[in-house]
Amino acid sequence: MSDRLKPENSAQLTEVVAQAIADKTPLEVVGRGSKRALGRPLNCSATLDLTGFSGITLYEPEELVLRADAATPMTEIETALAEKGQMLAFEPPDLGPLLGQPAGGASLGGVLSCNLSGPRRIAAGAARDHFLGFTAVSGRAEIFTIGSRVMKNVTGYDMMKLMAGAYGTLVAMTSVTVKVLPRPEKTYSLLLYGLDMARAGGAMRQALGSSYDVSGAAYIPAELVRASRVSYVCEQDRSVTALRLEGPGPSVTHRISALRNALADFGAGEELHSKNSLSLWRELRDVAFLAGDSARPLWRLSVPPDRGPDVAQALSRSLPESHVLLDWGGGLIWLALPNSGDAAAAKVRAALPAGGGHATLLRAQQPLRAAVPVFQPQAPALAALTARVKAGFDPAGVFNPGRMYEGV
Amino acid sequence: MPEPDRGVIEAKAAIAADLQRILPNESVIVKSDALRAYETDGLTAYRQPPLIVALPETTAQVAAVLKYCDQRSIKVVPRGAGTSLSGGALPLADGVLLSLGKFNRILDIDFENRCVVAQPGVTNLRITEAVQHEGFYYAPDPSSQIACSIGGNVAENSGGVHCLKYGLTTNNLLGLELVTMAGEVLRIGGKHLDAEGYDFLGILTGSEGLLGVVTEVTLRILKKPETARAMLLGFRSNESAGNCVAAIIAQGIIPSGMEMMDRLAIRAADDFVQAGYPRDMEALVIVELDGPEAEVSHLIQRVEAIAKESDAASSQISNSEAERLGFWAGRKAAFPAMGAISPDYYCMDGTIPRHKLSLVLQRMAEMSAHYGLRVANVFHAGDGNLHPLILYDANVPDELEKAEAFGADILKLCVEVGGVLTGEHGVGVEKRDLMGTMFSETDLKQQQRLKCAFDPHSLLNPGKVFPQLHRCAELGRMHIQGGKMPFPNLPRF
Repeated sequence: MSDRLKPENSAQLTEVVAQAIADKTPLEVVGRGSKRALGRPLNCSATLDLTGFSGITLYEPEELVLRADAATPMTEIETALAEKGQMLAFEPPDLGPLLGQPAGGASLGGVLSCNLSGPRRIAAGAARDHFLGFTAVSGRAEIFTIGSRVMKNVTGYDMMKLMAGAYGTLVAMTSVTVKVLPRPEKTYSLLLYGLDMARAGGAMRQALGSSYDVSGAAYIPAELVRASRVSYVCEQDRSVTALRLEGPGPSVTHRISALRNALADFGAGEELHSKNSLSLWRELRDVAFLAGDSARPLWRLSVPPDRGPDVAQALSRSLPESHVLLDWGGGLIWLALPNSGDAAAAKVRAALPAGGGHATLLRAQQPLRAAVPVFQPQAPALAALTARVKAGFDPAGVFNPGRMYEGV
Repeated sequence: MPEPDRGVIEAKAAIAADLQRILPNESVIVKSDALRAYETDGLTAYRQPPLIVALPETTAQVAAVLKYCDQRSIKVVPRGAGTSLSGGALPLADGVLLSLGKFNRILDIDFENRCVVAQPGVTNLRITEAVQHEGFYYAPDPSSQIACSIGGNVAENSGGVHCLKYGLTTNNLLGLELVTMAGEVLRIGGKHLDAEGYDFLGILTGSEGLLGVVTEVTLRILKKPETARAMLLGFRSNESAGNCVAAIIAQGIIPSGMEMMDRLAIRAADDFVQAGYPRDMEALVIVELDGPEAEVSHLIQRVEAIAKESDAASSQISNSEAERLGFWAGRKAAFPAMGAISPDYYCMDGTIPRHKLSLVLQRMAEMSAHYGLRVANVFHAGDGNLHPLILYDANVPDELEKAEAFGADILKLCVEVGGVLTGEHGVGVEKRDLMGTMFSETDLKQQQRLKCAFDPHSLLNPGKVFPQLHRCAELGRMHIQGGKMPFPNLPRF
């Protein structure tokens, strides 16, 4: 059983980090712990529990800004935002169930640290695009603050971007500030039925290349539709291509009929206007279609959208018992594999278009995550730069060492 | 600026000869009259001819020049179109100015993936011009877009009047090719979303040429909205104008642009372009809404109602594209309009929490009286980015110094009310010495350690952004006293 250190304030946190540096004891940095199974397994004798840093400290809806201590539960953030008709526009997924954990266990700091964004990524940007500022303790046991609470700021380096997606390998964040946005008044979905993956890719690209502000474009193959709780999806024996339109009532009403006309060649389709529409995008956001068996390795590939269908099809053909799901208009591929072997890492990464994408082993049993590079291996010069950046923040390697790459 | 290195200056002829072995002869500028063309950027109060100008045209040449300079400890200042308003491209007497002017080609237009690959010397506006025949455009629109380069936009994280809805450069950038000071070529991101590993794309954007030299960019393009209409709202007080802006956003409306002008700016702009602005108003708010006609007309009604509740004294809605552009004409001419009412003006760029606007304008009026200089205000109201324009006459002794002191006071005030020193123009040399008002010594050192990871000898654009240069070896030292107590007061589970 490892030591669990739970500082209650920044001074205590600084002491914990100083002690870890002095003792050469690396720390597993944990917010609410819902994503501990994401990334390479750690070998830390101590856990740094940041739940002492919890609670919303500033929320000004009319200024579109929220500040919270880093381990504030996402459920608390979402409740506060919903009361004011607002949201985090990057649509953070709840990956708990996907990773074999209960739903609702994530923290804001954890979501930002993993730069997790949902289907709206294509229209509203990633988590990193909404990250305005933070306070943290560095791996030199020093408290520092970067960024601010205002929307537009180019004072100094944009280190928020660096923290987003660093998986806690650089600093221990205590407080984060994010941009929030109004929740759309209406969410309509246009469902196109029975398209093969290539045609679906074409439909999604045409929709995203239109002026109708499509804020979600996903493809659910026929074999996965039954996992949905939305009747317009699960009762189909054929694939579902989903396109989302959000905004004020008169606008979505106009846009959905215009989009339907523009995509008439892809079939008549169906419109979802109510709760069904919201439910479907929540399922897509949380990748519920592939959550079933948490022992199955799950890959997440980001590719140029026009290459997505080809890459996904080639992989699903060559890997028996695999399932694929497309999001981001074809640019995001989810690939679930049977629980055996090495998760076909070499094959998956070889399928990426040259110079155009990356693959992350988002879910796998611990031994597999130790054996296979979870994150896309980097070119030598980039890997060296990554190591130098890490050393600049955490020279003794006390924060989540090896979580992303060996030695980082 | 850092003390010039005499040895480097004396070795000018030899350095030029070496660079001419890397680049064609005509791509190395050494004569002092030709160097003078590069002595300043958009912040013309600062001037310094460079030692040499190098004009590479391939990534391999950029890498070779940087590697050469790195090995000889020669400083390098990268330059795009030279439109920086903060002195980001101000040359060094002992430094090579690396101009990306010859990198002027658009390499790939990909409508299927909605992106454009371009070289860094291409102007911002050319990106839109290259894709508009298919109804697409590139969203960030800094007011210098006709001249500023896309590489410079990356270095400064440029915005524009539409960034409230469409984001800054950083939100519209997909990929980069970058050359480090050591001459290594890195490719980051591409036509896919979210580059893998640490977000170097994000950290390079807005890094003001201190981390690397960008030699290629991949940008996201968007389909042009069906329609756009603007509203011109006049207010009898800055406070009610500010309340109106807050109410629009509180009601869930994010306009594509929301600009505010104060009395002096309204009048100067109206005199300059006869924009038809309500001249008797204290504040003017321009609200632009874009999207399908059904959405725009619906939102205009709602904004009109909000404006009424916020005591708008006048309200006009554009009924044609010509009228919409007319509403913008005064705002877009606000800077040159200052040139018509004052021999010189100094443009500031701070961001504040919006609800502090009345307070900031009031304090600025007091400062204006104190310094005896007029100030006009244009304001990206939606995102709190304030552009005070301080009017002065450089021919009057001390007025430039007074204007600069006034400007520094305004920026300190921005920080004091919870805002920042710069919203979109960058720190450069201009605000470098004010960094300490916003950041602690620890904050600044942590930022400089990031630079060390990219440029360990501090040779790339030194003297910009950070008030004090620290050696990377010194920054790397750790001062941790091994704690002897195992922290008994700390809960463990």
